[in-house]
Amino acid sequence: MSTTPDQIETTLRSPAPQAKLAARRLADRAAQRGADLFYSSEASPLGELLLVASRRGLIVLHYSPTDVDATLVELAERRSPRIVESTAALEPWRRQLAEYFEGARRDFDAPLDWRDITGFRRRVLRAATAIPYGESRSYKAVAAEAGSPAAARAAGNALGSNPLPIVIPCHRVRHTGGGLGGYTGGLDRKRLLLAIESRSG
Amino acid sequence: MTAPPPFQRTLETNADDVWRYLRGMVGAQAAEDCFQETFLAALRAYPRLRRDSNVRAWLLTIAHRKAIDHLRRRRRDTLEPLGDPAAPPTPDRAIWSAVATLPPRQRAAVLLRYACDQSHREIAAAIGCSEEAARRSLHEGLKRLRETL
Repeated sequence: MSTTPDQIETTLRSPAPQAKLAARRLADRAAQRGADLFYSSEASPLGELLLVASRRGLIVLHYSPTDVDATLVELAERRSPRIVESTAALEPWRRQLAEYFEGARRDFDAPLDWRDITGFRRRVLRAATAIPYGESRSYKAVAAEAGSPAAARAAGNALGSNPLPIVIPCHRVRHTGGGLGGYTGGLDRKRLLLAIESRSG
Repeated sequence: MTAPPPFQRTLETNADDVWRYLRGMVGAQAAEDCFQETFLAALRAYPRLRRDSNVRAWLLTIAHRKAIDHLRRRRRDTLEPLGDPAAPPTPDRAIWSAVATLPPRQRAAVLLRYACDQSHREIAAAIGCSEEAARRSLHEGLKRLRETL
């Protein structure tokens, strides 16, 4: 049998299904040691969620992540390019979210990464975190809690840029008259979250 | 924009090439360990990588070092066969086995060229020799392969 370089190349370039498994194992190992950020996509009653965590805690929770790549590229620039996909590394947040959606959890205690949330925005989001399950506060009340009673609109903007919806419960903030106000994930999601909490509250 | 792309993307884009290279260099069984060592080493150095660097060539250079380390260790320990003895004999198997019998440098050159589509310059960089020496190793390796097959 005579073998041409073409045949050699075809054989040596044949697909390597083991490579995918090896890559998955590598990502899980790296999540334990070596990587700085981990992500995973999660199905939920509110649609697909993208979760990203650092070693400090959860750093991103995105609704219907159409551009996972852009989010990760931005994080690679801002925090670290050592990013791997690992469901295992996101386990505490995945579990607590699942319990919350079932109505079996009222508070999240898996850690959040607040490092890049600063200034007024941080004070507003902290204030939102303090609103108890099943209750709501007005934008004005949250602004006051954040130290600027006159800044209801700015508080609204800060809540709108919440990088960690659901776990930082900005859905519990509504208009004084009872109107829903706005929501990062759209009003349908806000209604659904409030419904979950009124059912189980 | 100065950071390299998210590591997961680099891993997914290059896993096949690195795997094929290692499979040819150290055999299917040891390839797993070498693969893990290669990418863990790459992850450690990753933030220092420039955005415009040739990531594939860089990874294959690391993989080559891991493969050579492994072959050195193995020579001292046991002599397990490179191929998978359980696999049925096919033309593909014959090619992989023939590659496994090449001296390491020729094997590396042939694999980098044909399994990973690397240029002579990239092969030279990965192996750590001159471009001319890389060309020669590739040529001799190919000649030897065709004699064996």
